[in-house]
Amino acid sequence: MSARVTFATAQRVLWQVRRDPRTIALLLAVPCVLLLLMRYVFDGKPQSFQHIGPPLCGLFPFIVMFLVTSITMLRERTTGTLERLMTMPLAKLDLLGGYGIAFGLIAAVQAAVVCTLGFLALGLHAPHGVWLIALLAIGNAVLGMALGLFVSAFATTEFQAVQFMPAIVFPQLLLCGLFVARQLMAPVLYDLSWALPLTYAYDALQRATAPAPLTGALLRDAAVIVAVTLASLALGALTLRRRTP
Amino acid sequence: MSLGVAQGSVTGLLGPSGCGKTTLMRAIVGVQLIAGGEVQVLGLPAGDPRLRHRVGYMTQAPSVYADLSVEENLRYFASVAGAPRGRVAEVARVVGLVGRERQVVGSLSGGERSRVSLATALLGRPELLILDEPTVGLDPVLRTELWRTFHELADGGTTLLISSHVMDEAGECDKLLLMRDGGLLADATPAQLRGRTGEQDLGRAFLALIEAGEPQR
Repeated sequence: MSARVTFATAQRVLWQVRRDPRTIALLLAVPCVLLLLMRYVFDGKPQSFQHIGPPLCGLFPFIVMFLVTSITMLRERTTGTLERLMTMPLAKLDLLGGYGIAFGLIAAVQAAVVCTLGFLALGLHAPHGVWLIALLAIGNAVLGMALGLFVSAFATTEFQAVQFMPAIVFPQLLLCGLFVARQLMAPVLYDLSWALPLTYAYDALQRATAPAPLTGALLRDAAVIVAVTLASLALGALTLRRRTP
Repeated sequence: MSLGVAQGSVTGLLGPSGCGKTTLMRAIVGVQLIAGGEVQVLGLPAGDPRLRHRVGYMTQAPSVYADLSVEENLRYFASVAGAPRGRVAEVARVVGLVGRERQVVGSLSGGERSRVSLATALLGRPELLILDEPTVGLDPVLRTELWRTFHELADGGTTLLISSHVMDEAGECDKLLLMRDGGLLADATPAQLRGRTGEQDLGRAFLALIEAGEPQR
């Protein structure tokens, strides 16, 4: 692994994003519009917005980076650039690390924008500091990127890759406790929710927005997120084959 | 099949579409899952990590980033190859893309795009260059220039294996490998091929070989 190649890869991914101003606009505007929409959907129930808003700020980057990464990596596979890179002195970790840095940076900007809107303009509360929400948002983005990278190996077309979002992200959003507390779900779903990474992402965000003092539970959730991210990256590395049929 | 490619020469790999040229080239580069057999490249097994600095590969479809400019592509791949910055301008000159550096690859013509891909393969000054149809879609002037470049590289000690399905490029090669249906039909110099078949035109010579069903060598 080489720092030069890793950073060159991160820079290259950022160059690609920069060439596409519409994507940048969408990356930054869509979460804001959705949050704004939430605010007025819950116009008569401000407590509900207060409950759902902050975790949402931290989950948007997960959803978006999952999708963006799976499409970008699929393109890399289908246009032959991945095959070319695999013949060159590039370690798989250089590629994964480069993606991680680039999308982590984009997620940081995205989190900063949506948190500014939510916590400054729309009156959301973060008793332990907005920075904690933003930090979790970046962690979730990297998790989304790692999962997206892994599942991109199972898509052969962009149509398939897009379908992975409802297939993999939506069930996790439903089961993580964002819409209904997990204890109120059917027991089998409650048990299942423990196996899904987004549950821990949501729990961590929930703890970061609750007025109760922070406990070790937040660290445990963060540790699970990091562990799942590393495991997905390892699985993703396995799907980057130097030799293909 | 069994074959060898001499160092510092231009070897042409010719044959109709679908005869296995790309598969053979991918096996040499070490990206093809092979059913069996042995491929030795520069004294090492194909695909050995030490070869990644020494072998340059240009795929048939231009494998560069369409959403980056020519220069951005070359700068990125130069970083990966460990080539100095100055190499970017050099390879752009070699493939005749001077003045196009700032243009986004997606907006270039097909021939220009494949030249960006070729330039990328040249970045690390590899000892062995595997070029899969590098001249496809190029105008005759440019094609002639590129063949001159290939010979200059060979004179400098680089070994080139170049595939083509255009027989009139066969005469440019020091040695020819003729393939058909996944097998090797001939491994000879253009002069030997002409002598063996009595045909001056290499395309006709190839056809004569097929008709004669001549086994290898």
